[in-house]
Amino acid sequence: MKAKTHFAFFDEGSKKEIRRAIMKAVAIPGYQVPFASREMPIARGWGTGGLQITLSIIGKTDVLKVIDQGADESVNAVNIKKLVQETTGVELTDQTEDADIIQSRHRIPEVALTKEQIIVLQVPEPEPLRKVEAREYITKRMHSEDDYSGVWLMLFEQIMKYGKTATAADHPVYVNQRYVMAPSPIPRFDNAKMHQSEALILLGAGREKKIYAVPPYTNVESLAFEDYPFTVESFEGEHCHLCGSTEIFLDELIDHQTGKTIYQCNDTSYCMDQLNKKEEAEVQTSYA
Amino acid sequence: MGYVPVKGGTQAIEASIKRLKFERLKGKEIIEINTVMSTMRAMVDQLMSESSLYSPYLAALAIKQAEGSMEEAVFLMRAHRSTLPRPYYSQTVESETMFVERRISASFKDIPGGQLLGATYDYTHRLLDFDLIKENTEDNMQWLQNYQEELQNIEKLEELMYFPKVVDYLREEGLFEKHEANNTPPIDITKQSLQFPTTRSERLQVLTRGQTGAVTSLGYASLRGYGQVHPTVGEVRVGAVPIYVEHPNETEQSKEEEFYIGEITVTEVESFVPTKVKNENNEYVLEFEIGYGICYGQNETKAIAMSILDQCLEHTESDFPTHDEEFVLLHIDSVESTGFISHLKLPHYVTFQSKLDSMRQVKKGVQKIES
Repeated sequence: MKAKTHFAFFDEGSKKEIRRAIMKAVAIPGYQVPFASREMPIARGWGTGGLQITLSIIGKTDVLKVIDQGADESVNAVNIKKLVQETTGVELTDQTEDADIIQSRHRIPEVALTKEQIIVLQVPEPEPLRKVEAREYITKRMHSEDDYSGVWLMLFEQIMKYGKTATAADHPVYVNQRYVMAPSPIPRFDNAKMHQSEALILLGAGREKKIYAVPPYTNVESLAFEDYPFTVESFEGEHCHLCGSTEIFLDELIDHQTGKTIYQCNDTSYCMDQLNKKEEAEVQTSYA
Repeated sequence: MGYVPVKGGTQAIEASIKRLKFERLKGKEIIEINTVMSTMRAMVDQLMSESSLYSPYLAALAIKQAEGSMEEAVFLMRAHRSTLPRPYYSQTVESETMFVERRISASFKDIPGGQLLGATYDYTHRLLDFDLIKENTEDNMQWLQNYQEELQNIEKLEELMYFPKVVDYLREEGLFEKHEANNTPPIDITKQSLQFPTTRSERLQVLTRGQTGAVTSLGYASLRGYGQVHPTVGEVRVGAVPIYVEHPNETEQSKEEEFYIGEITVTEVESFVPTKVKNENNEYVLEFEIGYGICYGQNETKAIAMSILDQCLEHTESDFPTHDEEFVLLHIDSVESTGFISHLKLPHYVTFQSKLDSMRQVKKGVQKIES
């Protein structure tokens, strides 16, 4: 009765099927390829789409990094890492530079990715038109007809109501001048990292059964109007209270002692890196 | 440090998992898989149905592991199912060959073959049975022996009898339209994702694996007015049906050469639904249509609700939510709905920070205009 788990959990037939969907997704940037999403040992909505992609592309010599909300030690990141390692035995890392595959929820790392790397993004809601149209049957047709008036209208209505576009994370993007795509709920701050990315970006939505991709060196533009340009989250004048970094995505925290708002790097491995570099520099100068 | 720790997640998770094990073990009792299998029949049946994996033993194991949580147990079974290769499709099951344990009709008193009540809670009073507190094996053995003796005095039929379908009897009377059997191979929804509009084979698969509570609720909603289907149950039958597969390599096939691989218990429902149809003179006339429901195990409420929703989804022209296939089919799956609801427990620091920024920017803008 007790069965030994196969390498990377799936049977080979399932992996092949998912890889085939990935190939199609890479060939048509931004197009949502339907696939027969499998039920996984983690909950639907907790990153099963990303996990299925990771498990079907991972090889024995790959090094894996998993982040969730910018942190390698976030509960879900730990959980996913554990599962992949248990079923494949691959090496894990916190270092963005050392990873071959990076599975992520809600962030693209601060360190620029290279053409040797693949970033797998977990997507809860792959359909950028869902807020405009609830029915899948209709949104599919809208994509095929290049009819994105609904999303533009949504942005326009926000400007009329609030004086500016009021999207938070998951600001829709145009991929390769053809498909409008939900970039997974990454902050607007990270949208630019998708444009002409050297790394292959794969996006998986397990519950909604869709895989899509941004191949390397592809144009990705955030939707905006000429007179109301796209803006990212602002951390002007703030810096990380640990490593002092600026120009990065910051978490807003409350200092328990003073009760004041302080900021900290959201990308924890980036923060550690900066701290280590600083310490190294300090040690070198004190010995000199 | 703030509420986003840089390190420590792994240890916290391990401690949480340990704590979970403690909760299951702290009462110092062990429930055997066999105990679950033989005493929790309703739960095992419901679980097999929702996880679309027929294995009472694994279902009992899942119930034990999940401490009786249905949501968790279905999840375990479905994840296990993902690892199983699917070598064969069975031949079409002919439910006329069911070994019937229970068969009732709410439409006709005098159905050919008669009504067979079988085992059901329907006619019991729902009073707590305090005798079960001091239940013991000796008394139970005695009861079983008496029951078997009683059965021996009942006359047995010499021949194996198959029960005809109630609807066939009505078809002969011309009350139901005769349809050609649709023998197109079904689309396997676990190997291809749903594309809308769906085919009936896809709809029936989603409905039969649907969460019992969700299928029941939506079926109920249709009866109450959020739908246009209010049926009469033509026939509910519960029993075991044999499953055959054909030889994978032989090209010439005959029924005798098919392999019998076992039997499964199912509940099958045919509901009669009066609908308005236009005749040749463009007048509306009433006609009966059939809503179909089937699921693993004895699971009558779910199968009846499924038959209502099947009929609803055959009539998509209605504006009611229970007639909208995307609304019904995309929301009744246990693993999908509980998974997505539970993901709200995950941290959402990044999206929340982004939302916060967006709100602050908007507020800033508003003040400027006012001043």
